[in-house]
Amino acid sequence: MAERSILFEPDDKYNAFLRVCNKPSYTEGKLAGVAVAVKDNISTRGIETTCASRILKGYVPPYDARAVELLRNAGAAIAGKTNMDEFGMGTTTENSAFGPTLNPCDTGRVPGGSSGGSAAAIAGGMVQMALGTDTGGSIRCPAAFCGIVGLKPSYGRVSRYGLIAYANSLEQIGPMGKSVSDVSTLMEVIAGHDRHDSTTHDRPYTHTPHADIKGLKIGIPQEYFGEGVDPAVADVVKKAIGRLEELGTTTVPCNIPSMKYALAAYYVTCTCEASSNLARFDGVRYGPAADTKRSWHEAYQEVRSAAFGTEVRRRIMLGTFALSSGYYGKYYAKAQVTRENIKADFNRIFKDVDVIAGPTMPTIAFKMKEKSDPLSMYLADILTVPANLAGIPAISVPCGKSEGMPVGLQIMGRMFEDERIVDVAYAYEQAVN
Amino acid sequence: MADAEDQVIVGLEVHCQLDTKSKLFCGCDTDYRSDGPNTHVCPICLGLPGAMPSLNKKAIEYAMRVAKALNCTVIHESEFSRKNYFYPDLDKAYQITQYDKPLAEGGYLEIESDEGGERKIRLTRIHVEEDPGRLVHMGNVERGKYSLVDYNRAGIPLIEIVSEPDMRSPKEARKFLNKLRATLEYLSVFDSEKEGSLRVDANISIKGNERVEVKNITSYKGVEKALLFEVTRQKNLIRRGQRIERETRHYLEARGVTQSARSKEMENDYRYFPEPDLRPLRVKSWVEGIVLPELPDARRERFIAEYGCSLNHARTLTGELKLANFFEKVVASDPKGLSPLAATWIADTLIGELNYRDMDLDPVDPESFTELVRVLKAGTITDKSGVDVLRVMLDQRLKNETRETPAGIVARLNLAKTDGDTGAITAAIEEAINENLKALEDYRAGKGGALNFLVGQVMKKTRGKADPAELNRMLTDALKKREA
Repeated sequence: MAERSILFEPDDKYNAFLRVCNKPSYTEGKLAGVAVAVKDNISTRGIETTCASRILKGYVPPYDARAVELLRNAGAAIAGKTNMDEFGMGTTTENSAFGPTLNPCDTGRVPGGSSGGSAAAIAGGMVQMALGTDTGGSIRCPAAFCGIVGLKPSYGRVSRYGLIAYANSLEQIGPMGKSVSDVSTLMEVIAGHDRHDSTTHDRPYTHTPHADIKGLKIGIPQEYFGEGVDPAVADVVKKAIGRLEELGTTTVPCNIPSMKYALAAYYVTCTCEASSNLARFDGVRYGPAADTKRSWHEAYQEVRSAAFGTEVRRRIMLGTFALSSGYYGKYYAKAQVTRENIKADFNRIFKDVDVIAGPTMPTIAFKMKEKSDPLSMYLADILTVPANLAGIPAISVPCGKSEGMPVGLQIMGRMFEDERIVDVAYAYEQAVN
Repeated sequence: MADAEDQVIVGLEVHCQLDTKSKLFCGCDTDYRSDGPNTHVCPICLGLPGAMPSLNKKAIEYAMRVAKALNCTVIHESEFSRKNYFYPDLDKAYQITQYDKPLAEGGYLEIESDEGGERKIRLTRIHVEEDPGRLVHMGNVERGKYSLVDYNRAGIPLIEIVSEPDMRSPKEARKFLNKLRATLEYLSVFDSEKEGSLRVDANISIKGNERVEVKNITSYKGVEKALLFEVTRQKNLIRRGQRIERETRHYLEARGVTQSARSKEMENDYRYFPEPDLRPLRVKSWVEGIVLPELPDARRERFIAEYGCSLNHARTLTGELKLANFFEKVVASDPKGLSPLAATWIADTLIGELNYRDMDLDPVDPESFTELVRVLKAGTITDKSGVDVLRVMLDQRLKNETRETPAGIVARLNLAKTDGDTGAITAAIEEAINENLKALEDYRAGKGGALNFLVGQVMKKTRGKADPAELNRMLTDALKKREA
C-alpha cells in the first residue's frame, strides 16, 4: 500500500495538543488522509505517550493500542496526542502536568475533561475527529462543554488494549467528532472483538446513521432534572427532548433510585482500580529515572511523590485505603453491589423504553479554576457515571446554548445498542441543522 | 511413632511452573533458560502501560489435569485477582493470581508413610498465577552496588498447590514432593529438570506451638534439610523453655539454615481485588472432557501385577516417569523372562551407581541395559562381574567414550564365569588351601569364618569369575577330602 503523508500544522491556541505530528503518514482506507487526534492515554507506537503526567515523560510506547492500529489500518493520519487530566482524573483538563486546555467556545472556561484536548482540537477546528476515553464521563463532558459529539460505547465494544488503564472496569475508548456521522464513522473503524482484550465482545459496529426514529419511546429520568442541575441547562435539554417528540417519539418519565449511590460507587471503584493500575509507575523501566543509589523502596517513594499530581495522589491514596485489609467488603464489594443495582434499574427502565435522555452535564463549562474543591468537581459527574457503572452506551450531542455556552443532550441506550442512540442523536442533529 | 509431645506438623505450599509453550497471559516463548536476560518479553509480560492479559488456555488445561489427578474439585467458575505489592521483579506491581475463587479445592495425594503403608495428605486448594521476574544482585543483596532485573520469567504459568498440615516429618514432606513431582511428570505438565521450576514454602510447627513459615526453598532435597533444621531449632527452643515466635523465615540453601525474615515483610497488605481485565473462568464442560493418563499409583499396581515386581521395586520404578519408562523398554522384548532381574538391577543397582556418579538416566540406552540383563540371566557372569560391566558402561557414557556392548566388556575383561568342572577353580582351591593351612585347621576346628575366608581367597585368584554358589560347594568338597 502506498504510504503518503499530510501536512498538519494547527494553530493550537487552546493547548489542545501535547504533541503534534506535523507530517503524519497515512494509507488507503475509509479514513484515508483524515487527521485524527488521539488522547494521550492511548498508546501510539513511536509517539511519546504520557497521560499528561510527569511520571511518563519520555515514554515512547513500542506498540500501538488496538484502536490506533485500526485507525492506521483505515488510513487515518495520527495528528498528535491531546491533552487531558492526568491519567484521566478530572472533569476540566486542568489537572494536566503540562498546563490546562482552554475551551474554544470561551477561553476563560474549561473544555471539560478528561478528554478536553480531543474536544478542543475538534471544537477549535484543528481536526475533524479524535479518540477520547470515558471512565465516568470523560468523552461526554468535554463534548457537551465544547459543543461537539462524543460517544461512550457499550463496555466491551471497543478494545482497551493499549489504553493506559485508569479504571479498567468502567472505561472505554470512544469516538469524538464535529458531527454524529463523524462519530459513527470513527466508531465503525475502532469497534470489534480483540483477542488482546478479554473483555471485548464480538459486536462489530457497521452502521450508517439514519434519522427515522418515529415510534421510539424515550425515558426521562426524574433524577436528571432534579437537584444540582442548573435549571437553565435543564430547560435547554427539555426543549431538545421536545424536538425529539416532534420527530414522532414519545416520552415517559422514569426513575433511577439507585442513582443516589452512583457517585460513591463510581469513586470507590475507580480509585481502587487506579491505585493498582498506577502502582507500576516507579521510575524503573520508563519515565523519570529513579535514584539508583537509594534502596528501591525509597527511590520508588521519591519518584512517585514528585512525579504524580495532587489529584492522582489523592485518588491513589483513597483507593489504597479502600482496598486495605478489612475494608474491601465495606467499600469495593459494596460498590459492586451498587453497580448491580444500577444495572437492574436500567434493565427495568429499558423494558418500557428504547432510550433514556437527559442533560450530559448539570451545568455549562466551568470557569477556569472555578472547581477548586475536589468534592464539588466529583459532583459534576453525577449524570455521566451511571452509564459507566452499568456499561451501557451513551452519547452527547450539542442541543443549544445557555449563557452562550454549549449544552449537551445525553442519550443512553440498552447494552450493545450503540446504533440506536447514534440514530437518535443523528435525528436530532438533522432536525436542528 | 514420634512422641505426641514432640509431634511435628508440616504443611506445604508448592509452586510449580507449568510446562506450556507460551506464557500465561501473552505469547512469549517460555523456553528462556539458555537465552540472555529480557529476551523473552513483550509489552504484556513487561507490564507496559496499556498492555492487557489474555489467558493461555493450555495453562488452564494443565492446571485442571493436575487438579483432577490430585482428586480435587474443580470449581466451575473461578476468578483471577490482583495481589498488589511493590517489588522490582514485579513489573505491574501486582501479581495476577487467584484468591477467594481458586481453580480447584480439596483433593489429596497418597504417600508412603514413615510407618509403611499409604497415607493420604489432604490438599486445600490449587490455583493458577503468573511468575514474577527475577532479580540479579550485583554482589551481595545488602552491600551490592545495584541489582538487575530479568523479566524472562515474568508471566510463566505457575500452579500453587496448598496442602493441609498433614505431614508428620521432614521425610514425609520429601515423599510428598517426590510423589507430587512424579504425578506432574506423568501428566506431561511439568519439567522437574528445569532450574527453579519448583519452589516450596513450608509451614512447620511442633504440636501445641506457633507455626513458622519457611520460604524460598528451591530444591527437593532442600525441603527436607530446611525442615530438619527447623525441627531441631524449634525443639531446642522448647527444651530451653523458650516460646516459638510465629514468623516467616528464609531458607539459605548454601548454608542449610533458616533465618528470620525482617518483620516488615509480614506486614504486607496485598489489597486483593478481582482482576478487571479478565473475565471469570468458566470450565464446567471443559473439565469434564479432560482424560488423564496412567498415574504413578496405577502404574505401580500394574508393575506388581504385570511384571511381578515387589512393592518396593514397583514403588521405586514408578516414582519417576523416566525410570518407569526405562524399565518397560528394557523388558519389552521378553517381559516374563527379564522382569524380575531387570527390576532388581534397575531399582537396586543402577540407581545407586547413577547417584554415585551424579549422573542422569538419559545417556543409558535401554537396549544396552537389556543386553546386560540378558547376560546376567544366562548366568555366564557373576553378579559381581555384572556390577563391573555396568560401571564400565556408565563410565563410558559419562566420559563420552566409545561404548562397548556388555558382551564386549565381558570378553575384554575376561569376566566370563569359570565353569565349575574346569581345572582353574580346582587349582585355585588347592592353591588357596595350601597357602592357608591355618584356615584348614580352623575349618576342622569348626570355625565358620574359615570357609568364608577361603572363598574370598579363591575369588581373588579367579578374579570374581567363579560362581559363588558353585565355588562354595567345590570348596566344601575339597576341605572334606583333606579331612579324610
